Amino acid sequence: MSRSQIMQSADDSVADIEDGSTVLVSGFGLAGMPVDLVDALIRQGATDLTIVANNAGNGEFGLAALLKAKRVRKVMCSFPRQADSYIFDDLYRSGQIELEVIPQGNLAERMRAAGAGIGAFFSPTAVGTPLAQGKEHRSIEGREYVLEHPIKGDYALIAAHRSDELGNLVYRKTARNFGPVMATAATTTIAQVNEVVKTGLLDPEVIVTPSIYVDRVVRVDSRSYTVQGAR
Amino acid sequence: MVVENLDRGPLTMDELARVIAGEIPVGAYVNLGIGQPTKIADYLTPEQEVVLHTENGMLGMGRRAEGDEVDADLINAGKVPVTELPGAAYFHHADSFAMMRGGHLDVCVLGAFQVSVTGDLANWHTGRREDIPAVGGAMDLAIGAKEVFVMMNLFAKDGTAKLVEACTMPLTGVGCVSRVYTDVAVFDVGSDGLRVRETFGIGFDELRDRVDVLSGLRPGLH
Repeated sequence: MSRSQIMQSADDSVADIEDGSTVLVSGFGLAGMPVDLVDALIRQGATDLTIVANNAGNGEFGLAALLKAKRVRKVMCSFPRQADSYIFDDLYRSGQIELEVIPQGNLAERMRAAGAGIGAFFSPTAVGTPLAQGKEHRSIEGREYVLEHPIKGDYALIAAHRSDELGNLVYRKTARNFGPVMATAATTTIAQVNEVVKTGLLDPEVIVTPSIYVDRVVRVDSRSYTVQGAR
Repeated sequence: MVVENLDRGPLTMDELARVIAGEIPVGAYVNLGIGQPTKIADYLTPEQEVVLHTENGMLGMGRRAEGDEVDADLINAGKVPVTELPGAAYFHHADSFAMMRGGHLDVCVLGAFQVSVTGDLANWHTGRREDIPAVGGAMDLAIGAKEVFVMMNLFAKDGTAKLVEACTMPLTGVGCVSRVYTDVAVFDVGSDGLRVRETFGIGFDELRDRVDVLSGLRPGLH
């Protein structure tokens, strides 16, 4: 496949996302959320999307704004209910959005499996709970497991800290979260970064996401936002 | 034998956090759940050399960040800004949950709606139709950590005990809880049943009278 492209704008980066796409969106709350790419996706207009993310939006920012614009048919996430998830809450309660709740570790591992070419895997998580109902079970060496299938994205929108011109990525602190896993699990991975450096300037020993997983990179200005719980 | 602390208790959640912190083994890798268990971090001592894990990809989490320390890229599982300690490490979500599922975490402490006498845990969803289900990492932690401690008030607001014969709320994990810390007593949950370790501000006999699942227990026999 072709090398990663350095894009001129967030809008160019998401221009080809079609209606009905499955889009993986990184972030844990707002840390690591690709807000500029999500904003560009809202302007682009694609609708009927399935969004895979840890949360279902905070405040009216990023993912929450995409939900508010009614572009999302279904959310697959671990933790939709938060103090500031009122946009999702209203859509869900009025039946305007579908929800699949997935234990956070299974969510991550299902994407890891997609990226690693694993057909399905047996997880001990959720055995005996409502989230395992209807799924194939198997006892392996005396322990019960549930069969979990990969989650593959048409697109992954992720936020990293720094890229080189090849698309090798490094992250910053807990903003790494789902980015490296989602980057592997989508047909097209688009990364927004705060800085693009010349190839050769990133230490090969510390690259977290190798460029092979990254299709497009766009540099965005870092922006500040209110951190929930800050004091 | 049961240790009866008649002169102290019921404990506040801060007092209970101190009790739990004192019983975290030296050198343990520990995950503290969102909510009340987070308080336990305030009572861990440097001598304990406990390393805190946060599900969103960090070992060596420090205390809550204040003022200029706040960094939007450095938060805990409750999405509160925190600090990093020397020796901290960052990793992605699949690795973070492999640490749980793979049995590498020594202890996690979780809140609970209900715990059964066989260690079943219900803490993620009330089951009410109007409530939005949100599981987060609770199910992975519940079955992954080597020891799962619960921290909760023993009695619900309506006065019923949250330690029950069988959970009526949707389960988080089956047979996963090994110890239950509450404001009035600490319980061990073993394959041979429930044991009362310690009471706070209440005697064993009165506790047994107030909690249905304790009715068969005799203090001298455990």
